[in-house]
Amino acid sequence: MFGITMAESEGGEFLAPGPNSFDFSEVPLFHIGGLAVTKPMVQLLLGAVIVFVFFYAAARRATLVPGRLQFAGEAAYGMVRNSIGRDIIGSKDYAKFVPYLVTLFFFLLINNAFASIPAIQFPTFSRASMAYALAGLSWVIYNGVGIHKHGLLGYLKLQSVPSGVSPVMYPLLVPLEFFSNILVRPATLALRLFANMFAGHLLLILFSTGGLFLLEYGGIGYVAGPLAWVLAIAISFLELLVQFLQAYVFTLLNAMYISGALADEH
Amino acid sequence: MQNLIFLAEGTEPTEGGHAPENPLGFVPVEFALSLVTFGILLFLIWKYVAPRFEQTFAERTQAIEGGIAAAETKQAEADAKLAELEKQLGDARHEAARIREEAREQGAQIVAEMRETAQAESARIVEHGKAQIEAERQQAVTSLRAEVGALATGLAGRIVGESLEDEARQSRVVERFLTDLEASNGAASGSVN
Repeated sequence: MFGITMAESEGGEFLAPGPNSFDFSEVPLFHIGGLAVTKPMVQLLLGAVIVFVFFYAAARRATLVPGRLQFAGEAAYGMVRNSIGRDIIGSKDYAKFVPYLVTLFFFLLINNAFASIPAIQFPTFSRASMAYALAGLSWVIYNGVGIHKHGLLGYLKLQSVPSGVSPVMYPLLVPLEFFSNILVRPATLALRLFANMFAGHLLLILFSTGGLFLLEYGGIGYVAGPLAWVLAIAISFLELLVQFLQAYVFTLLNAMYISGALADEH
Repeated sequence: MQNLIFLAEGTEPTEGGHAPENPLGFVPVEFALSLVTFGILLFLIWKYVAPRFEQTFAERTQAIEGGIAAAETKQAEADAKLAELEKQLGDARHEAARIREEAREQGAQIVAEMRETAQAESARIVEHGKAQIEAERQQAVTSLRAEVGALATGLAGRIVGESLEDEARQSRVVERFLTDLEASNGAASGSVN
């Protein structure tokens, strides 16, 4: 069920869904102490539980010749490990980042997929603060890795001073590189994830509630309403792709940032 | 449709009485919960999942590489064995050829020896035959001479004993003697030649 915000009693005026469809603070599921626990919070925990249970069950009795579940787990783990971790970070350093990348990818994937799972149907990371958290963690990790390897000054030089450029250009390029590599990255990571999930969900609500409104409006609405629902179904499939892609891109960029922070001086 | 909306009202945000929330706004509780949840999940994956998968991968790689190594060893052994067998076969062929050659040579030698021996033997037999014939001829000639003497003596006695008037008989006797002599002489020389 989507965040249905239209009020039919208001004389047939269609109230378009908006940011309020993402605000659960007025309708907490339950309270723990003084803390109102909302649906996205529960989803976050549920997503973590699903990811862990799946991987733990797959890895629990790992054998040389895998069973069906182990094979699925290995395929999932191996995809992130090899195609994101090893290929981007390089076979020398990738091993210690694999758990992080695997966790990140599948945590995002499940939470994004909640947007399309019946009875949940809400993308967890359309709550911007949750996306901020993961992006912030990414920022800490890739900068931490870089500083650990090159030292603070060495790392800042690596990230800010472009190679193969005349020093004359430094006054212009160094602030730009610093800004782009150190400051902007977490913001773009968080906003890309948040905005994709937010917009996709908004679009779905719009087409679903709009279709309902049109049907009840009558007249041309008997044609336009079902058409809107057909489009909603099409958008749902598009959203499945977006959910996967956003999880993949977020993880891939993390790997690239780590790889860039580990890179030797040019 | 009405039901759906009623159902939704309990759990979904509604057009409530509070000010619209900024969707980009920072909600500390959600931020913290997200970090903590992710952190715990990361720890669990890092602690319980990744090592087992990595260990399995490593074992599998090792098993495959071990299998390949074992197969290579076996292959090398088989190659060595094959080479050895081929070498032995070659040796055996060589040996057989050598033996055959030797046998052929020996055979030829034996045949040559036999031929030589046979020739010598035949020559010896011929020589022996000739010598024997010569001896017999000598013996025959000797005995003939003796007999001729005796015969002549006997004949002379008989001739003397016969009537001299019988001219014809006389010549006939002489004639017969000579014929006999010639006959015996001819037979003797015929056997020699």
